[in-house]
Amino acid sequence: MEKEIAGKMIKVNDEGYLTDFSQWTREVGEAIAAENNIAMTPRHWEVIAYLQNEHKNNVALSIRKIGKSDVLDIKEFYQLFPQGPLKTSTKIAGIPKPASCI
Amino acid sequence: MKKVLILGAGTAGTMMANHLQHELDKNEWQIDIIDEKEEHHYQPGYLFLPFDIYTPDDIIKKIEDFIPKGVNLQKGKIDVILPKENSVRMADGSIYNYDILILATGAKIAPEEIDGMKAEEWQKSVFDFYTFEGALALRNKLREWEGGKLLVHITEMPIKCPVAPLEFAFLADSFFKHKKMRDKVEISFVTPLSGAFTKPKATAALDHLLDEKNIKIEADFAIESVDNDRKVIVDYGGREVPFDLLVTVPTNKGDEVIARSGMGDDLNFIPTNKATLQSLAFENIFVLGDASNIPASKAGSVAHFEAEILTENIKHYIKGEALSEEFDGHANCFIETGGGKALLIDFNYTHEPVEGTFPFPGVGPLRLMKESRMNHMGKLAFRWIYWNMLLKGTHIPFVSSHMEEAGKNFN
Repeated sequence: MEKEIAGKMIKVNDEGYLTDFSQWTREVGEAIAAENNIAMTPRHWEVIAYLQNEHKNNVALSIRKIGKSDVLDIKEFYQLFPQGPLKTSTKIAGIPKPASCI
Repeated sequence: MKKVLILGAGTAGTMMANHLQHELDKNEWQIDIIDEKEEHHYQPGYLFLPFDIYTPDDIIKKIEDFIPKGVNLQKGKIDVILPKENSVRMADGSIYNYDILILATGAKIAPEEIDGMKAEEWQKSVFDFYTFEGALALRNKLREWEGGKLLVHITEMPIKCPVAPLEFAFLADSFFKHKKMRDKVEISFVTPLSGAFTKPKATAALDHLLDEKNIKIEADFAIESVDNDRKVIVDYGGREVPFDLLVTVPTNKGDEVIARSGMGDDLNFIPTNKATLQSLAFENIFVLGDASNIPASKAGSVAHFEAEILTENIKHYIKGEALSEEFDGHANCFIETGGGKALLIDFNYTHEPVEGTFPFPGVGPLRLMKESRMNHMGKLAFRWIYWNMLLKGTHIPFVSSHMEEAGKNFN
């Protein structure tokens, strides 16, 4: 389905995750963040860039992986994206919701 | 003589030993299987032990009773796998060489991963039921516990048998009702997931059951620590949930030997091709059951379906043929819901559990995703099937290693 985000029609799944990353822009990310009551800062964008890069390299994302990365620890991840940081941050980043759960 | 070496004589390794004993030419192939333990445990039984439904005798048998004649069972601790040398070194320094290696080293709990989990309150008010010792200690606790806040908790995914914690919560509800003390117990299900299970349709059905049984769900809880003094669990976001009795499923990890051999990921699970079950790093190494990193449930039924496909692939490999990319992630799990009823779910990599009938399309007798007494009888009968058919590699009639799409309502 399609949803209007930041003035553009964007393809999303029924949970609101982008299904076509090529449609992602910073404005789209900003708008999704606002919907989740998050005001983006430069530090937020650093984390988003890191997640997008991991996704590009086919790294399966999990809270544990983030905790072991050099980019940030889990505490900070929660401070930046309270309440389910992995779910929220991947939505803002325009990448799929991590299927870390089997 | 060429050699197949199997590491681990649990559910997966034992099934594989039985399959290969039937299929390989004995004049050409020697099969060895190594394990350090004396006992084979029926792990699904750990769920029933705390509630005095099973006794230890129902769960424990000797490993050698299930290893077929003609397969050499070696007891001992493995020091390290040396895949570049096609050999395995034991703790006593002896060496086993192999032409084909099958890793069935399983997964186990690692409570030390979380601060304060294995501390003063361990086996006093903090318990696991994924080990025999844990389940037995919990049984003794439940026999005399007078009530309070019970948390059934999952630390992080993946875990063995992802439905077991839910079953524990359902059985606890039943157990306390039966003891006429349900009003003294507040049960909460605490999970890092967003709902009761990992697949949306089953989650909706199970969330409903939790609600019906008055079990509260605390979702999206990523535990950071257990505070032993205040008896609360704390998540990374600072959220706290208090407990009187914490029944947790700690982090599950692959065996230490995988880490020592440098063959695992950050949880010691072995990178494996999810369709052929061949190791991604070494073509003469195959991985079966909980030890692999494939995105299928870590469950005996999965190992059973995998074993049928892996046996074919070992034969292909020996003949120098291409491996068949056949494993579809098929899992089939009974979910005890308490009160003598159970649900059944059947799913694979691409199809989530839905309603329908099993194993005969349109007939059953088992109903998918619906509570029934027949499903509960199926679960209890499964213990007999496990000891008498599954471990021996006998094909279970009417249940194919691939998931059947007929008889299921996918819309």
